[in-house]
Amino acid sequence: MLRDITIGQYYPVKSCIHSLDPRTKIILVFMYIVAIFLIDTFVGYGVIVGVLAVVIKLSKVPLKFILKGLKSIVFILAFTMALNMFLVNGETVIFRFWIFTLSVEGIILAVKMGIRLILLIVGSSLLTLTTSPIRLTDGIESLLNPLKVIKVPAHEIAMMMSIALRFIPILLEETDKIMKAQTARGADFETGSIVKRAKAMVPILIPLFVSAFMRAEDLAMAMEARCYRGGEGRTKLNNLKFHQADFIALALGVIFIGLCVYT
Amino acid sequence: MTAIEIVNLTHTFNVGSPFERTALKDINFAIDKGEFVGIIGHTGSGKSTLIQMFNSLIIPTKGKVLINGVDINGEGVNKKEIRQNVGLVFQYPEHQLFELTIFKDVAYGPINLGLSEQEVEDRVVKSLRAVGLAEDLWQAAPFQLSGGQKRRVAIAGVIAMNPGILVLDEPTAGLDPKGRDELFQQLKSMHKELGITVVLISHSMEDVAKYVEKLIVLHKGSLKYMGTPREIFKNVEELESIGLAPPQIKYIVKALRENGFMIDEDILTVDEAANRIMGFLKAREV
Repeated sequence: MLRDITIGQYYPVKSCIHSLDPRTKIILVFMYIVAIFLIDTFVGYGVIVGVLAVVIKLSKVPLKFILKGLKSIVFILAFTMALNMFLVNGETVIFRFWIFTLSVEGIILAVKMGIRLILLIVGSSLLTLTTSPIRLTDGIESLLNPLKVIKVPAHEIAMMMSIALRFIPILLEETDKIMKAQTARGADFETGSIVKRAKAMVPILIPLFVSAFMRAEDLAMAMEARCYRGGEGRTKLNNLKFHQADFIALALGVIFIGLCVYT
Repeated sequence: MTAIEIVNLTHTFNVGSPFERTALKDINFAIDKGEFVGIIGHTGSGKSTLIQMFNSLIIPTKGKVLINGVDINGEGVNKKEIRQNVGLVFQYPEHQLFELTIFKDVAYGPINLGLSEQEVEDRVVKSLRAVGLAEDLWQAAPFQLSGGQKRRVAIAGVIAMNPGILVLDEPTAGLDPKGRDELFQQLKSMHKELGITVVLISHSMEDVAKYVEKLIVLHKGSLKYMGTPREIFKNVEELESIGLAPPQIKYIVKALRENGFMIDEDILTVDEAANRIMGFLKAREV
């Protein structure tokens, strides 16, 4: 039932994108996200789509798999686009109704917003699809390290993130199991009014919360039993290292995104 | 009359993704009405997947599941009715409790069936009695109970649906030996008194040898053996090779036979073995 959610999932194959240093990928994705919101022309979007297509091809992750992740944001996408379309006050008005105005400018803005959102999801899901959660959090920790000077708890943030990421599939599985168990007791989640359906969620949410808290407590206990005491003096099994490919990727990324934003 | 019939059933998870995995391969068997059946197999042999097909929670990629002769994944079948008739108790079912009181939690199923208040109450009382939960606990909150008691409440919640077939996934996992014995006794007496078909997964070979009438052995998604525990536990070496350990008493019997104690090879339980050994010793004295 819930197996369609692919956000945050890792796709284990070998490719040149997978073997890049996680820090390279995080920096590139960060620049990419900034670029998406700076670019304002359809030509610019076209170039971004082209680059993205090449990267997807190189990553060996099937396009179908990536697009499946978009399914979960269809609602948000439609909602944002509708809001933009009707609430933006443009000059060339097509029609007006109460507080809603449909204008050419509004439609163009809505389309741009839609493209941005789709690019945002596809691009950032490419990061998690090609980087295992451990490497991802290692990368984040290493990037946050300089901020330790101003007392940002880099290690703790990274640890919390990796635990959160690790818990996503566990909680999904748990939800699936509880849903099945309550379905076996005659629960019905698919029919009825919104109120009725919301009420039907109670028998799932309560056991889920209970087990999530119990799991968290067990985990905290297990970590303490193994003398976990935060990041101080902690060493790594696999240290991150920039390779030649990383420098090439970074350089290419800067050039491409720079060009896109500039034009 | 057959209660559950499985025909050419194959199931593959995550078809077409790198996580593709065949859980069950070409399974065929039938369980008669009123039987007490055990399913055993090593971890990952497909037991849990198989039982979730009995009430259409998982739909097989290939093959059919017939409950009382009806193909439950066919068109126009009322799934709610199937799920009422085939009661499924999951592993660690105590995790699914959510109501404020035990009584209310057990009532969840019957209320979903749309029964009248009186009927709901009758069913709750009947099922809580069937699992042997003391009456002074009925208004307690689920989280005040011990693990074993919670387990019973969860099982009562399924029994309150009045199923004709009761399916349990490792009902005794994590219980102490006393709790295990009690639960098996209660299942056995329910099976007798209510005349329901019981199918259960277990990792305790001693327990299945003692209580179950028929055994299904799964290995890597295929049906390896099917028969009475007495027949199946004869194959000590074969069972060991697929990661299952026959009841300990089988090893003692084997060692005794190798040392000249000519007692029957198909002994299953400790009591049985004690009787035969005594009989043998007496015969030797004479």
